[in-house]
Amino acid sequence: MATTTMTMAKALNEGLRRAMEANKKVLIMGEDVGKLGGVFRITDGLQKDFGEDRVIDSPLAESAIVGTAVGLAIRGYRPVCEIQFDGFVYPAFDQIVSQVAKLHKRSDGVYTMSLVIRLPFQGGIGAIEHHSESPEAYFAHTAGLRVVSCSTPEDAYWMIQQSILHDDPIIFCEPKCRYWEKGEVDTERAPRGLFEAVVRRPGTDVTLVGYGASVRTMLRAAEVAEGEGRSLEVIDARSIAPLDLDTMAASLERTGRLVVVHEAPHTASIGSEIVSALTERCFYSLSAPGLQVSGYHTPYPPSRLEEEYRPSVDRILDAVDRVMGFES
Amino acid sequence: MIGEELVQLLTPEGERVSHPEYESSLTNDQIVSYYRDMVIVRRLCTESTSLQRQGQLALWAPIQGQEAAQIGAGRALEPMDFTFPTYREHGIAWCRGVPPADMLRLFRATSNGGWDPQRYRHSVPTVVLGNQALHAVGYAMGVQRDGAEEAVMAFFGDGASSQGDVLESFVWASSYNAPIVFFCQNNQWGISTPMSVQSKIPLYHRAHGFGFPGVRVDGNDLLAVYEVTKRALDNAREGGGPTLVEAYTYRLGAHTTSDDPTRYRIDAEVEVWRHRDPVERVKALLVREGTVKASYFDEVAEEADGLALQLREDVLAMGKPDPLTLFDDVYADEHPLIEEGRREMVELGVAGGGH
Repeated sequence: MATTTMTMAKALNEGLRRAMEANKKVLIMGEDVGKLGGVFRITDGLQKDFGEDRVIDSPLAESAIVGTAVGLAIRGYRPVCEIQFDGFVYPAFDQIVSQVAKLHKRSDGVYTMSLVIRLPFQGGIGAIEHHSESPEAYFAHTAGLRVVSCSTPEDAYWMIQQSILHDDPIIFCEPKCRYWEKGEVDTERAPRGLFEAVVRRPGTDVTLVGYGASVRTMLRAAEVAEGEGRSLEVIDARSIAPLDLDTMAASLERTGRLVVVHEAPHTASIGSEIVSALTERCFYSLSAPGLQVSGYHTPYPPSRLEEEYRPSVDRILDAVDRVMGFES
Repeated sequence: MIGEELVQLLTPEGERVSHPEYESSLTNDQIVSYYRDMVIVRRLCTESTSLQRQGQLALWAPIQGQEAAQIGAGRALEPMDFTFPTYREHGIAWCRGVPPADMLRLFRATSNGGWDPQRYRHSVPTVVLGNQALHAVGYAMGVQRDGAEEAVMAFFGDGASSQGDVLESFVWASSYNAPIVFFCQNNQWGISTPMSVQSKIPLYHRAHGFGFPGVRVDGNDLLAVYEVTKRALDNAREGGGPTLVEAYTYRLGAHTTSDDPTRYRIDAEVEVWRHRDPVERVKALLVREGTVKASYFDEVAEEADGLALQLREDVLAMGKPDPLTLFDDVYADEHPLIEEGRREMVELGVAGGGH
């Protein structure tokens, strides 16, 4: 096993590089992705090595980044679009929902919408407004799209390659506050499929489910809980749409208690979907209603308040207390 | 109103006129053949309106008045070019070889598309105004990367000219010098919204601001539309970049069969444009020059009637799709929610049999 230690940012960069080497139809396009290497340097050095025709510095227009990627996909290319920040994806929302999601169906399967839309999402970097949002539910709601999120460098390395190889359009959510965290990456073999959830830490009392930046927070909560004599199982959903409900249900049938963690407001969220779907599947195994620890129903706050807004270890442990408080 | 820059090679009376930059290259055989196209697409359109009135179509978007714009542009295309239409490009679809019945699948509400876009090199209809202009530019960027000598044509109307996607597509096409022709049919009305609300300058002038040429052509003049479009396409294929062609025309009918244009425009305006009828104009030319026998016009009308009858039969034979097709082609790969939906429908017995 050839493992290397690298940051998530580097893992994404290496994954993109490998995908571009493997298939010359793979293109990267977006604002500042070429000469600058992206504002987070995820595409650093790729234009130098693959040229301006394959790593395209675009004018500043998100609808056009996605809309022209659609045309390139029709022509047989596999574009990887970078949307610079989550809060800037909305100008492209029409293209994503009306075209990217529907053209395979509208063309009776003739068009392959083999494109990836990379979306640095979630908060935690002390940014100004529109740079810390969690818009994943908008896309998960739309038939024709798939939505995934990485939480480790190894997943970042493999999931970006698996997404590029996939023939469906994929919204690839990158937890930007984890870009600089290091981890082991096995560069020889993908550890698992793109749409599989994974148990990051086994436990017996409560099942925690989350994705992206929330995975690390859940793991910290599980460590603290262990000191208090509680055993929390931590599941990284990885795929937001479709959800790997089998993995989650198998855990919940053992623990009987569920807490879902994410940064978006909880109404009509991925958390709502997970609680609803697992309640239906595991009704007779439940000892408590499933709870969500999420952002509040407010706009994402000025970042001096973001640690109060984002799910914290304390808020997760409070939810654990509440689900443990139900007698079965 | 039309302006002196309007390229015209054939007057409303069917008289050839000269233009300093453009000259008709069409042979008599081509004019005769394209006249036939225009008569047929008009007749198929009339039939489609009737089918809608008889409850056989959910909707129809007529093209009366725009036949020269569409046949002129459609016949200027080369087979390997690729076109991105709206929902009103029936004349272009005809030129690309799309079977008329397939054009009506969208309106029969049996499909959201209707034909194989790669086979005819004519994309599926786009109903959200202007989205397709960006697809066309992206496709053209792909053509560039392939080093192919192909041109791409994006269709839209005066209504969509206000959409951000159309304006962004101008920026991108210009920035990358994409091999594309933007073909804007300015039919003067976006449902009830007149041109005067959409733009204070002639639409083709906008191209200049984006850094590429714009041409206004008499959209009711087959000869002029063909020449202007052909030159723009040739220029794109040769690496000359984008052109905006504004085909100045008029929607003689309603926006769609759900529209009532008498609420927002006066008959006198429509009458002015009836005198500029694009089909009658070519007929007048053929008569004036004695290109065809007098019986030719009846023969074409008869052929068009036959095709209309065939279209009617084909449309009436188009039944409700198998409900299970709902789940086809939503994704390229398997998806649990698709499997779940299909299973539920089968268990409910809605589908009635295998698939």
